[in-house]
Amino acid sequence: MAEPWEDDELEGPVRKFMYVNRRAPYGTIYALESLEVVLIAAAFEQDVTLVFMDDGVYQIKKEQNTEAIGVKNFSPTYRALEGYDVEKLYVERESLQSRGLTVEDLIVPVQIVDKDQLAELMEEQEVILSF
Amino acid sequence: MAIDVNGKSLEVDEEGYLADLNQWEPDVATIMAKADGSDLSDAHWEVINFLREYYEEYQIAPAVRVLTKAIGKKLGKDKGNSKYLYELFPYGPAKQACKYAGLPKPTGCV
Repeated sequence: MAEPWEDDELEGPVRKFMYVNRRAPYGTIYALESLEVVLIAAAFEQDVTLVFMDDGVYQIKKEQNTEAIGVKNFSPTYRALEGYDVEKLYVERESLQSRGLTVEDLIVPVQIVDKDQLAELMEEQEVILSF
Repeated sequence: MAIDVNGKSLEVDEEGYLADLNQWEPDVATIMAKADGSDLSDAHWEVINFLREYYEEYQIAPAVRVLTKAIGKKLGKDKGNSKYLYELFPYGPAKQACKYAGLPKPTGCV
């Protein structure tokens, strides 16, 4: 029987998971739930990719202030993703541009991709979850 | 459920995690540790304070693997390993230390 501290290596296969975030951060629970599931997948050392498109780009916008709507601002948690070794973050170009945003407005480093590149990335995945 | 800390009754969930992390004070950790049959050393406090800072910055309690790595970065390699952290917190470093620190149970915690 291994000691608990020797039980670091999680068994089981590593799969390529992509989480596609398409909705605004507040008003529905989707964005927060997606983030929770991402953290769980990362804790189980899965190969995690995140995509932000449509209103989903607002999830990682800097300087969110949720005081007036009485819910927790969970945007600082996206900055924890690096510590979870989640470093494949993609933003769809048109979604960002059409909302008047640039990478400077985002709370985490991302790669900007167009729709064709996104399609290629999706081809590489084993599991795609849309939120 | 609730625990008594300095004459105040603080609500906790069924696993003993503080319901409202704003109610935390150092004696919360001391009293929770006593209930588990241990006294907190400076080494324990180092991890508890680290967790509170981590939560302040990222708004989550880290998974154990992430905690171990982050502790290593901040406090040195001799402390950033599972053996050291399990010796301090035998019920599981993330789970037990987060509880003492007044944080929610870590997401993805097994």
